Amino acid sequence: MVTGNNKTSTREIKIVRKVLDVNETIAAQNRKTFAGKNVFVLNVMSSPGSGKTATLEKTLSRIMPEIRTAVIVGDVCTSNDADRLAVSGAPVVQVNTDAFGGDCHLAAHVIKTAVGNFELEEIDFLIVENLGNLVCPAEFDIGEDLRVVVLSVTEGEDKPIKYPLMFRVCDAALLNKIDLLPYLDYDKKETLKNIRQVNPNMPVFEISAKTEEGFEFWIDWLKQNIKKKIK
Amino acid sequence: MGIAMQIVEISTASIPADLMGAQVEKVNVKIGKLSAVVPESLRFCFQIVSQDTPLCNASLIIEEIPIVIKCLDCNIEWTIDEPIFSCQKCNGGAVDIVSGRELDISSIEIAERDE
Repeated sequence: MVTGNNKTSTREIKIVRKVLDVNETIAAQNRKTFAGKNVFVLNVMSSPGSGKTATLEKTLSRIMPEIRTAVIVGDVCTSNDADRLAVSGAPVVQVNTDAFGGDCHLAAHVIKTAVGNFELEEIDFLIVENLGNLVCPAEFDIGEDLRVVVLSVTEGEDKPIKYPLMFRVCDAALLNKIDLLPYLDYDKKETLKNIRQVNPNMPVFEISAKTEEGFEFWIDWLKQNIKKKIK
Repeated sequence: MGIAMQIVEISTASIPADLMGAQVEKVNVKIGKLSAVVPESLRFCFQIVSQDTPLCNASLIIEEIPIVIKCLDCNIEWTIDEPIFSCQKCNGGAVDIVSGRELDISSIEIAERDE
């Protein structure tokens, strides 16, 4: 290329780095910290309004005090969810991501900072309630042991195929609000078919956080997973 | 937005010392079709966060990587356009994702003035 009298050329500099490698490094450090302190970590994700907080309220009431649990709650603003979960007696830390540029997910460094608020020796189980969003949280490893996605029957049957990454990276799905099924034109079989299409071996727990229908299967599965790590 | 910021940060840190002050012309990235990134949104965010950096005039060149999966039982690989993650041969669900989750920066291109 010739510009005026000065010849210029282009130099290509190879980088070959993962865009999220800083996050992945911190997630690996978190994972090591949790392993060292024998803490099992669950990352709970969903779209807004699927009933994550209600599901966790009922989950906490069934596993505590047998399993010593703490919670990190992520929201863009407000501490409403943390206030609801603190009623259980579990230590709760609210993370508001407006302090982190209004992020739509919890990144590994945010978890690392939030964990500093707990005495990890006194905890067996840490629940991270991620921000209501089916896109970005799927991409950000936080150092967790297990991921679950909550989906409710008031959402479309096609959510799993619209957000395939979320349903690929999660270890189980909770299909919530099944108490509403008699009042809805909802094709549950279609939803289950869509989940199986994206993740054929994914366990699906049909629950109602309101009536606690189906909770025994979810809690049994969760406890089995926790006890695999926490002897 | 966070992803665009990371791209700007990593690219800026990769400019060699002898080219400090030079304008970056292109940033080449690989984005898997299964990643949580929409190319148009990423370009938009990149334009905003690259302002006042050596990347302010750079084009973000996105190479989209198809989703390739592999059946662990049949040992065959194929490309998918729809999110159907079961084996096309045995219908089993034991599949690995070979590609499609990329979120990588491959290179930057910088204009050099020849002496």
